[in-house]
Amino acid sequence: MLPDVATVPPTSTRGRLLAHLPPVATLGPLLALFLAGAFFTSQTDRFLSGSNFSLILQQVMVVGVVAIGQTLVILTAGIDLSCGMLMAIGSIVTTKLAVDSEMNPYLAILCGLLVSTAFGFLNGALITRVKLPPFIVTLGTLNIAFAITQIYSKSQTISALPEALEYFGRTFRVGQTAVTYGTVLMLIMYLIAWFVLRDTAPGRHVYALGNNAEATRLMGIDTARMLLIVYTLAGLVYGIAGLLLVARTGVGDPQAGQTDNLDSITAVVLGGTSLFGGRGNILGTLLGALIVGVFRNGLTLMGVASVYQILITGILVILAVTTDQLSRRKG
Amino acid sequence: MTEPRPTPVLEARGLVKRYGHVTALDGADFQLLAGEILAVIGDNGAGKSTLIKALAGAIIPDAGEILLDGKPVRFHSPLDARRQGIETVYQDLAVAPAMSIAENLFLGREPKRTGLLGWLGALDKKRMLAEAMRHMQSLKIGIRSMKQAVETLSGGQRQGVAVARSAAFARHVVIMDEPTAALGVKEGNMVLELIRRVRDRGLPVILISHNMPHVFEIADRIHIARLGKRAAVVNPKHISMSDTVAVMTGAKRPEELPAQAFA
Repeated sequence: MLPDVATVPPTSTRGRLLAHLPPVATLGPLLALFLAGAFFTSQTDRFLSGSNFSLILQQVMVVGVVAIGQTLVILTAGIDLSCGMLMAIGSIVTTKLAVDSEMNPYLAILCGLLVSTAFGFLNGALITRVKLPPFIVTLGTLNIAFAITQIYSKSQTISALPEALEYFGRTFRVGQTAVTYGTVLMLIMYLIAWFVLRDTAPGRHVYALGNNAEATRLMGIDTARMLLIVYTLAGLVYGIAGLLLVARTGVGDPQAGQTDNLDSITAVVLGGTSLFGGRGNILGTLLGALIVGVFRNGLTLMGVASVYQILITGILVILAVTTDQLSRRKG
Repeated sequence: MTEPRPTPVLEARGLVKRYGHVTALDGADFQLLAGEILAVIGDNGAGKSTLIKALAGAIIPDAGEILLDGKPVRFHSPLDARRQGIETVYQDLAVAPAMSIAENLFLGREPKRTGLLGWLGALDKKRMLAEAMRHMQSLKIGIRSMKQAVETLSGGQRQGVAVARSAAFARHVVIMDEPTAALGVKEGNMVLELIRRVRDRGLPVILISHNMPHVFEIADRIHIARLGKRAAVVNPKHISMSDTVAVMTGAKRPEELPAQAFA
């Protein structure tokens, strides 16, 4: 006699409980952010204020936007080392065209975004058509974009920008606090990405692809096309980050973006997204970026030297990955 | 003249497939009848998996024809076959482990919401959960929450998700490629029971398996593939396991079998 399928215990009580709770990976970053906030509030009077929070948001704005593209890529089980350089090349193209070539600033912005997007497309094409690993491809485009940025700008910083390029650095007042348009744009981008990844078929397919690419392909989803779109979109996102960078610093800086790849990966990992793909939450990435921002800001207010900030960021990353791994091993 | 047989649901005539010098299919015939479980067995290199791939649209045969409900069809991809109502359950549990049961069931075929959110591409998650529950219950797979990630399930339950997915969307045929190979005894029996339920709901099933006891327990007919051809189709009620294996390996010629062994 065969066992009736329905009588086989479906799953442990613990499994069912876990299914109803948000995964540890999303609660952890929130908790870490609160703890860090509480700690710095107790250490310095200047931490807990609207203007300081606005400052933190401004400080994480650029890497926060870069990390949106990085999250998309990592969810597909890829990695993008070129992100900071794609941002830099877009910002240099925009500023140089607008200042040196006196192009209409809006057209210059469009050209900058196009260049970043085209590099993203190149990443995607090499990964899907030539079937090269993302690590190698983006390491290559990182160097190519960096070199072109230096050649095109002659390694010169571009200043005296037209007003239109500084729009996202401008502020409006909410009560006593000045908020930049750039941070609003970043938050809107996070909300859009969150909606798409959580509630739409293409978004869910990104997760499925990172989970089990072969199964996703067998279900009739064109995984190569999806990857190409993800890397191209990521390029566009880095281009937008470049606009925010220009608006925040007020110059076109050919030396920019050199640490954004690792900084964005840090934000993604702190936010609980798995580097193996298919698991994670884009809002976690925002939390991850904020955690780094809060630590840097709080330690600066406490007068701690910046090397220690880097030290603590490194420890945080390892802690985040460890807790993530341990919670998964148990499950 | 023999009495006219009903039109097979899925039929293949004289399929040929060559890979360089190797002839994987050498004029293979195949017939799947309505409402049956047809086991396909064969030694390694007998052309069994090539035959199944041709039927599932994963390869394109060099010659021969495939008929679905008596009408010739040509599949250029697995997607083509799926569009025609042929669903395949793959051996290596083709599921996305971190995603929910409901999402796995509807992967690639997600229903959208109505209204503005639907226009923005939002999925109808309520409907996905409700329909997933209905599909799983109709196969008597007892899982409480369709929101549960597939990785929290046992191997047999995961296979249950894959079977439910195929049964939910197949209109003509379900192909199962070694569905019990990765499972323990108890879970294997569970999946056999699922296969019966799929058949009892009116969907014919093609079962590829190396597990002779499973094949003899569940199959209505057994298609024996050998040397790229169909060696025989036998009736498991009137043939022994050892004779079946003998035909499969070439130790016995089909002509040596008693007449009632054939199906």
